[in-house]
Amino acid sequence: MWKCPELVVVAALLLASPVLASDRFGLGRPALPEEIAAWDVDILPDGTGLPRGRGTVAVGEELFSEKCAVCHGDFAEGVDNWPELAGGLDTLADEDPVKTVGSYWPYLSTVWDYVNRSMPYGAAQTLEPDEVYAIVAYILYSNDLVDEEFELGHETFREIELPNADGFIVDDRPVTEYAAWRGEPCMHDCKDAVAITMRATVLDVTPQDEGTDTAPAVAAAPVAVPAAVAPPDPALVSTGKKVFRKCKACHTVGDDRRNRIGPTLSGVFGRRMGDVEGFRYSKVFRQAAEEGRVWDDAEMAGFLANPRRYLKGTKMVFAGLRKDADIEAVIAYIRSEGG
Amino acid sequence: MTARISRRGLLGGGLVAGAATAIPTVADAAPDPLITRVQDWASTLGDGVDAVPYGMPTEHEKHVVRRNVGWLTADTVSSVNFTPIHALDGTITPQGCAFERHHSGAIDVRKQDWRLLINGLVDTPMVFTYGDLERFPRVNRVCFCECAANTGMEWAGAQLNSAQFTHGMVHNMEYSGVPLRTLLEEAGLGAAGAVAGKWVYVEGADASSNGRSLPLEKALDDVLVAFKANGEALRKEHGYPVRLVVPGWEGNLWVKWLRRVEVLAVPVESREETSKYTDTLADGTSRKWTWVMDAKSVITSPSPQSPIAHGAGPLVITGLAWSGHGRITRVDVSRDGGINWETARLAAPGQDRALTRFYLDTTWNGEEMLLQSRAIDETGYVQPTKRQLREVRGLNSIYHNNCIQTWHVRADGMTENVEVS
Repeated sequence: MWKCPELVVVAALLLASPVLASDRFGLGRPALPEEIAAWDVDILPDGTGLPRGRGTVAVGEELFSEKCAVCHGDFAEGVDNWPELAGGLDTLADEDPVKTVGSYWPYLSTVWDYVNRSMPYGAAQTLEPDEVYAIVAYILYSNDLVDEEFELGHETFREIELPNADGFIVDDRPVTEYAAWRGEPCMHDCKDAVAITMRATVLDVTPQDEGTDTAPAVAAAPVAVPAAVAPPDPALVSTGKKVFRKCKACHTVGDDRRNRIGPTLSGVFGRRMGDVEGFRYSKVFRQAAEEGRVWDDAEMAGFLANPRRYLKGTKMVFAGLRKDADIEAVIAYIRSEGG
Repeated sequence: MTARISRRGLLGGGLVAGAATAIPTVADAAPDPLITRVQDWASTLGDGVDAVPYGMPTEHEKHVVRRNVGWLTADTVSSVNFTPIHALDGTITPQGCAFERHHSGAIDVRKQDWRLLINGLVDTPMVFTYGDLERFPRVNRVCFCECAANTGMEWAGAQLNSAQFTHGMVHNMEYSGVPLRTLLEEAGLGAAGAVAGKWVYVEGADASSNGRSLPLEKALDDVLVAFKANGEALRKEHGYPVRLVVPGWEGNLWVKWLRRVEVLAVPVESREETSKYTDTLADGTSRKWTWVMDAKSVITSPSPQSPIAHGAGPLVITGLAWSGHGRITRVDVSRDGGINWETARLAAPGQDRALTRFYLDTTWNGEEMLLQSRAIDETGYVQPTKRQLREVRGLNSIYHNNCIQTWHVRADGMTENVEVS
C-alpha cells in the first residue's frame, strides 16, 4: 500500500512516541539527578523528603542561641517585631491570637522545611540536616511539646503531631459569603442614618514623610576625625561595596543609622565596641565595651576574618570573609560611607 | 490633625493651602504673568535627547513614590511597601512605583544565570534557560496583583490615613510570558495521570524561596511564566528575570525569581500556606487555600493624600475596582456613607482580572461627604461592607479584607479615613 518507504518509517516513529514531536518544542534539556537533588528539598506533611539525621533538644538549644535567638529570642519568644515561635496555645479565638509553631502551625514538616530552606535569616541553606533536626527539636521543647531529653530524627519525625493540626478548613467563601453577597444591591435609602464610629487620625499611626518614623535610632557618637585622611581608592571602595552585600541584610551604613539584626556601622570606626545605643549585644561585646576596645582597621579585619573565633560568643552568624582583599575592600567601603 | 499628612509634604508644597481659594475669574483678575511675561523655558533651551538615556519622572512628581509603614515589620528586607494609587490615573501601574513585597529581600539574578527546573510527576524532568523561554510561543495579558494582606490593617477599624497605605498593595501590569501549561507539557504530564487533585509547587530562587502549592488545574488554566511587564524587563524588585503571574489570585502565589515547578500528588503545606496566608475566623479555626481575591474597589481621589484643593464646583471622583473572579461590570459611589448610591462611569469596559478605572463626574458645593465605592463583578458579587465581613470572619482574618472603604471629606476639602455605622 505504501509506495514510499520513508513515509512508513516516519509514521511508525510518530505512533511509537505519541507525546513527542508534534506537541513539543524540543526546547530545554533533561534535568540531571544531581540538579534535582540540589533544588528539590521540600518536605511533605508525611515526612517525604526528609534526609537521615537526628538532633537533641540540648544541641538545638545551643544552635538556636547562636543562630536564631538574635531575632527569635533565647526562648523562641520573638524579639521586637520578629516572629515568636513558642507559646500562644489556646489563644486563636482570643482578641489577639498568638500564632506560633506550637499554637498555630499544623505540620512539623513545615518547620523542618522552612528552617532547612530559608533560615537562618541572611544565611539560608547553611545548616546540616542534624542541625535542622536539633533546632526543630528545640522549637518543640520551647513549646512544651517534648521534654528536655527529646531527640528528633528521621525515624521519629512522624510521631509528632502539632496541636493545631485540625485547626484548618478549606476555603468556604463560596458557601458562607458568595451565595449571600450576589444580587442587585440597594441604591436608595439603604439605611436610616450614618455616623462616624472611628477615625484614622485619632489612632495616628500613619507614617509621615518627615516624621520621627525614619529618624535614626542611634545618635551618631562624636568621632575624632584624623586631621588628614588619605582619599579612598575608588576601585577598592567599589569592590568593597559589592562585598558589603553580604553584610547589608543585617547592617546599615551611611545616612541610614538604624539598627537592624546587627548594629549600624555608621560611625563604627573610632567607636567603642559594643557601644551602639539600643542594640542588644552578646556578652562578649559587652565585655569588649567594658575593656574600652575601639573599632579600628586591625580589630575589624580580625573580626571579619573569623567573627566567632575572634570574639567568641558573638551573635553574628556570618561565617567571615576568606580573602584579605575582600576585608580590605569592605573596610574601605564602610569608611567611605561614613563608617 | 486631618491635615497632617498633607502639610508634612506628602502632596508637595502648597497644594492644600489653596483649598478654599477659587481660580480667579476674568472680572477680578490681573493678567497672569505666566502668560503675559516671556518665561525662561520659552526663550532658552531645554535638555538634549541624550540627557536622560532612561527617563525617570520629573522632579515635580518626586512625591509619587512607594512608601512603607515602618512599624509594620521588623526589617525592610522582609517587608512590603505601597503603590501611590492616590496619585496615579488610568489602570496600568508604572513598574517604578508598583508595590514590593519581599521575604528575604530583592535579589539580583542575571538572565544568563537563571534556570527553571520542572520536576516531580512529569515524564522528563527538564531544565530551561532564559533563552529557551524566549523561544516558546508567548502571550500578553494585563493582570492585577494584589497582596492578600492589602487593607489588612483595617480589620479592627480605621487605622491608616492614606489610600496608599490602606489599598496600595496592588498593581496592574501588562505581562508578556509563556503559559506555564506549555512548559509543563514540554516536560510531559503523562506521569501525573488525572489532573484533578494534583498540585504544582512553585518556588523562587531567593533565600525565602516563598514556595507555594497550586492546584494543577490552575497551573494549566491561565498561569504565566512572565519575563516582561509593561513592555520592558521585570524590575529586580518584581522578580527579574522571571516571575509567575497567577491571574486573580493572591500576590504571594506570584513567585518571583521563579526557579522550580514541581508536580505533586499533595500540597507541600509550606510556611507561606500554613503559618501565613491562612485566615483565622472568630472561633479560632482558620481557612486555608483562600487564593482568590474577591471584588474590591477604592476611591483614590479625593482621599487623605489627595484632598479637594479647588473649592466648590466641578469635581472628579475617581478610583479603581478589580475582581479575581473576572470582569468588573459596575461600580457604585455613595456620598452619604452608603444611604444612597449612584452608578459611576467605567473608563473602559472591565477586563478579566485587571484593574478597572471608574469616574463620577460631579459637582461639589462644599458639603461634607462620606465617600464610598462598591464594586460588582461579572458573577454578580457585590463588594461587602466591613460589617458583613466581620459577621462571617470576626476581626482576626488579617488577609482578604475587601470591605467598602469610607473617606470623610470635610467642608474645606480635607479627607480622612473613617469607619461608619
